[in-house]
Amino acid sequence: MTKGLMEGSEAMAEAAIACGCRFFAGYPMTPFTELLENFAKKLPAVGGVCVNAESELEAVGMAWGALATGARAATGSTGQGLSLMQESFSEITLAELPLVAFNMARGQGDYFQSTRGGGHGDYRHIVLAPMDIGEAVELTQLAFHLAELWRNPVLVQGDYLLAHTAEAVDVVPIDFGPLPDKDWAVDGSGGGTGRSKVISPLGIGKHNTPGPGIEGQQQAVAAKLARIAGVEPRAESGFLDDAEHIVVAFGTPAKFVRYAVRRLRDQGLPVGYIRPITLWPFPTDAVAEAAAGMSSVLVFELNAGQMIDDVRLAVLGRAPVRSIGGISTDHSGFGVGPLLDVEVIAGRIEGAATEKEVMA
Amino acid sequence: MTVDEPALHQVGDKTPSLLQTGEHDLCPGCGEPVAIRLLLETLTELGLTASTIGVVGIGCYTAFSRTLDVDLVQALHGRAPSVATGVKRMQPEKFVFTLQGDGDMVNEGLQEVLHTAARGENVTCVLLNNGVFGETGGHMTATSVLGQRTKTSLEGRDADYHGYPIVIGDLLARLDGAAYIARGSVQSAGAVARTKRMMRRAFESQLAGEGFSLMEVLTMCPTGWFVPTAEGPTYMDETLGQVHVMGELKGGKSSPS
Amino acid sequence: MAGRRRGNAVRVVVRGTVRVDTEACKGCELCIPACPPEVLVMSTDVNQTGYRYPELLPGCTGCRACLDVCPDFCFEVYKYDHPMEVEVAPAP
Repeated sequence: MTKGLMEGSEAMAEAAIACGCRFFAGYPMTPFTELLENFAKKLPAVGGVCVNAESELEAVGMAWGALATGARAATGSTGQGLSLMQESFSEITLAELPLVAFNMARGQGDYFQSTRGGGHGDYRHIVLAPMDIGEAVELTQLAFHLAELWRNPVLVQGDYLLAHTAEAVDVVPIDFGPLPDKDWAVDGSGGGTGRSKVISPLGIGKHNTPGPGIEGQQQAVAAKLARIAGVEPRAESGFLDDAEHIVVAFGTPAKFVRYAVRRLRDQGLPVGYIRPITLWPFPTDAVAEAAAGMSSVLVFELNAGQMIDDVRLAVLGRAPVRSIGGISTDHSGFGVGPLLDVEVIAGRIEGAATEKEVMA
Repeated sequence: MTVDEPALHQVGDKTPSLLQTGEHDLCPGCGEPVAIRLLLETLTELGLTASTIGVVGIGCYTAFSRTLDVDLVQALHGRAPSVATGVKRMQPEKFVFTLQGDGDMVNEGLQEVLHTAARGENVTCVLLNNGVFGETGGHMTATSVLGQRTKTSLEGRDADYHGYPIVIGDLLARLDGAAYIARGSVQSAGAVARTKRMMRRAFESQLAGEGFSLMEVLTMCPTGWFVPTAEGPTYMDETLGQVHVMGELKGGKSSPS
Repeated sequence: MAGRRRGNAVRVVVRGTVRVDTEACKGCELCIPACPPEVLVMSTDVNQTGYRYPELLPGCTGCRACLDVCPDFCFEVYKYDHPMEVEVAPAP
């Protein structure tokens, strides 16, 4: 297959459309805007609809409506815009609709928002964090698959680099396996039958076909999330066998970390890495296993320290956990700052690994 | 009565056929079930029973999402118009309506209904306007009129302190995307009959693909108005009805444009 | 109530009748002023929920105004194929 040079925004839109996404709504905001532009350009050609919504709130609402009809639908923004969508995210999760949402984030400070759920209530989204455009093409399609498999929203966690750099990629539809029928979707045909449907976060159902009720619905979703957490964690790791220190990183910065790790290994430093691919469910077992026996577990993320909480929970004191990341962005605040540099990262890893006093 | 039963025939339905049960817990004298009957009868009469998707907002009327025998999507407070947009864009041949209260549509969701109308989305928004947030206990909304006493305007709505009401139908009628805008009420049999005719025209406007339609219905809320149930109609005539005036505002035979 | 007097009784034209679901009624009384021939009056009894409910006097026209305004769907309305006249004793 011939690969074409594609910007991340275009590749992700292509991937979504390749696996059947036919509705997208969004509001322009850097660095997400180009994803919206690509959907606007490509969806009409395949009989789909892209709406430039008048607010992020309306964008997620439109996606909600499209999802209710059984269509593959998505929305997205950057962290700030997703902040506005949180009430709807919570309720869409309770309504068990298969929303795919893209966060083209400004840095990595949205980790808490994405993994804890920035809205109210006991909900989680599956969060997939691609490292590069090639992986984003796969994980975008996996997002739609998992969303329908579990009837739970899936967030694709990207950033400025992912959206705005170009790589040679081949967007091929991937078959991840069979999916259940969407017998819950509404198309009007239930009207007057006595068995009409209601798609609702409240779980009340109809007089003739009652649901589990508000508490029952919340408990059912919580139980489902626990099942998801059991089977969906994904991570990628390297050089763990002979490592004495490991570095944990996610997303595009992880590619820089991998490169730095290889360089340091060539210089004789026994360091490995582990890269969570699902930020939720966090690959707790894999990180715990990787951390066992390590002299230090170093966490690199472009924020004030968010994923490090999940790393600490996984490591549970078996090894010292230390931050080697930090807030770092450009003058406009959109993404790429001085910390995202292989030399700088390698220096931090080396400094932390060889330091006599290590803070846990 | 004579021993031989005289021949007779039933007029109308006791309960609309599109309700799974007529039982509900809304207050005595509430106008919302009356308006909902009109909506359901119009769907039936236009043959839309098996091709309708409704989007329900949050208010006292939300209780009917359990009993309306129509395929429904439950939306958040104020957010039905955007959900209806997504539904209609994916299923353009279906009849799509929203069912919202004034607190839902004109407070929380003002932006949503304005943009949906401006875009000319081919959906019909049905507004149940009683000038209060009924479900939370009777608080002021953007449609409450000056002088109206609510739990958040105890001395009566005061322009200086609380500002002025929004007359939503008039606001929407100014938008090019809005094809049919009408306001009815249910405080008397005559008003009910007139409202039903306007409701039908609103639905026909969607069926003809003309653009956005709004069917606003003033409903009594004696609980939120702090009046005895039997005085609901009079209160409506004297307060809400003076500001939110009944009639076709756009697109009808009797309207200006 | 309209009617023609004959002696001490009044003859009233009856075109229709209603059956009231008295247990569904919440006593809001909206039907009383809505009825054009004014043949609905609230009962003195109460139903299981404690509400009074409408009772029908002779003279119903089957116009269904009561059904149209009732929030609790209490009314079945019937129209006679042929109008009748009934005699009604005058009120004491």
